[in-house]
Amino acid sequence: MKEVICICCPKGCHLKVDENNDYAVTGNACPNGAAYGKEELTHPTRIITSTVRAVGGLHPRCTVKTAAPIPKEMMFDVMKALDDVVVNAPVQVGDVVLENVCNTGVNIVATRNL
Amino acid sequence: MVDLVVVGGGPAGLAAALKAWEGGLRDILILERDKELGGILNQCIHNGFGLHRFGEQLTGPEYAGRYVEMLKDTGVKVQLDTMVLEVTLDKKVHCVSKAEGYQIIEAKSIVLGMGCRERTRGAIGTPGTRPAGVYTAGAAQRYVNMEGYMVGKRVLILGSGDIGLIMARRMTLEGAKVLACVEVMPYSGGLTRNIVQCLNDFDIPLYLSHTIVDIQGKDRVEKAIVAEIGPDRKPIPGTEMEFDVDTILLSVGLIPENELTKQAGIQMDPHTKGAYVYENMETSLPGVFACGNVVHVHDLVDFVSGESELAGAAAAKYIMDGPVPEGRVLTLETGADVGYTVPQYIRLEGVEKSVNVSFRVRRILHESKIVVKSGDTVLAQYKREHMAPGEMERIALPRVLLEKAPIDTLSVSVEEV
Repeated sequence: MKEVICICCPKGCHLKVDENNDYAVTGNACPNGAAYGKEELTHPTRIITSTVRAVGGLHPRCTVKTAAPIPKEMMFDVMKALDDVVVNAPVQVGDVVLENVCNTGVNIVATRNL
Repeated sequence: MVDLVVVGGGPAGLAAALKAWEGGLRDILILERDKELGGILNQCIHNGFGLHRFGEQLTGPEYAGRYVEMLKDTGVKVQLDTMVLEVTLDKKVHCVSKAEGYQIIEAKSIVLGMGCRERTRGAIGTPGTRPAGVYTAGAAQRYVNMEGYMVGKRVLILGSGDIGLIMARRMTLEGAKVLACVEVMPYSGGLTRNIVQCLNDFDIPLYLSHTIVDIQGKDRVEKAIVAEIGPDRKPIPGTEMEFDVDTILLSVGLIPENELTKQAGIQMDPHTKGAYVYENMETSLPGVFACGNVVHVHDLVDFVSGESELAGAAAAKYIMDGPVPEGRVLTLETGADVGYTVPQYIRLEGVEKSVNVSFRVRRILHESKIVVKSGDTVLAQYKREHMAPGEMERIALPRVLLEKAPIDTLSVSVEEV
């Protein structure tokens, strides 16, 4: 039995995950917690939010995120991949600024208009 | 003459203006000092916003963007790059901008949504020299996320508020080494999920009951000395630790930004550091409403939006139907282990079905209950598994219950069971 704190929402449920029983989760207040508890012990993932260089907009940086969670151990690889990205204004929220980052199958998308 | 002037185009002002438009007002003006709408959300690039409001995890800029889009479908006017200097008793709003110069705008109603400001090194009196490299976490956040500057390489975070925790992760991802997060209280001031995903994920230690006792360095921060704090809240000699850092980020609390409110002569609550408000977010000055972090500091923007919609709807009602009819007024008092309540006053005639009361507890409580009393009569009780000062509590008080109050005072208290 492992204890995990759920990060799906600000409530922060204290989950108990049973590795010997197909990672059954107790202590969760919603279905997201059950999925998170299992995933955290089998293949933990995170969403990365950051910024990339922007030219011609109101700000010199454009905020971005991974469109889906990426494997936790790849966080720093993804950050490195963002170093070379430059976007030109106008940018719309949701625009793909980098496809298939680090072969994760996940795109980097803009999180604001610029 | 404008029907409604909204001071501040952050999450509070945006939600209030939208709701006032939906309520039927057609002459609404938002005054915003920055170059764009959205307020502090624009620099909060992490996700986790909007779960209550939109049912999904959004980043700060995305959350703000949704409201800005909704606003585009209305006739709400926006004036950017405009600083409000004064709000007067007779609802004249003095402001200044490059485009329009000095303006005096007469308003029939006003919503105050100026948000809050960070406490600084001066506010907590940290000893030591005064080198460069000491930032509030929010200032560092703006530099890194919007201006594109890294503020340091080796970082110590003082205070475990959410912004400090978020910046611990952000600085780490951008290549800095965050050596520790130091918190003077025996518990964290931030959300548990942020301890997990911002500190634990990156093996950043959290020292509870510790604080910085000395900052060293001539031109730039060179060292921070951290010591344990005893029950008397004084440093314990012999527990000092040295951290070789060039940067210290402060996440030591937020204070509502109420210069305009005070100047207008509006009555202030010393506990929230915001205006006293009635059930509809109206202040002591009729027709002037306040909402969001300028009233009390929130943890979640979703609740700022909700509170601000209440203020926006109330402003519309004030213009179209007139003031709340006279009647019984209940005063909310803070009972055991409750730090403040918002609202502080409830006019029964202003309550349709129920009124939400927000408050913070003074200490961590397990298996406990919230008790609402009037005199010796217990009006309502609510069970809670866990309460902490870092997490705002909310209860809904139905009007039928309020009408049963034997005296005009209500007290909200918490106790373990």
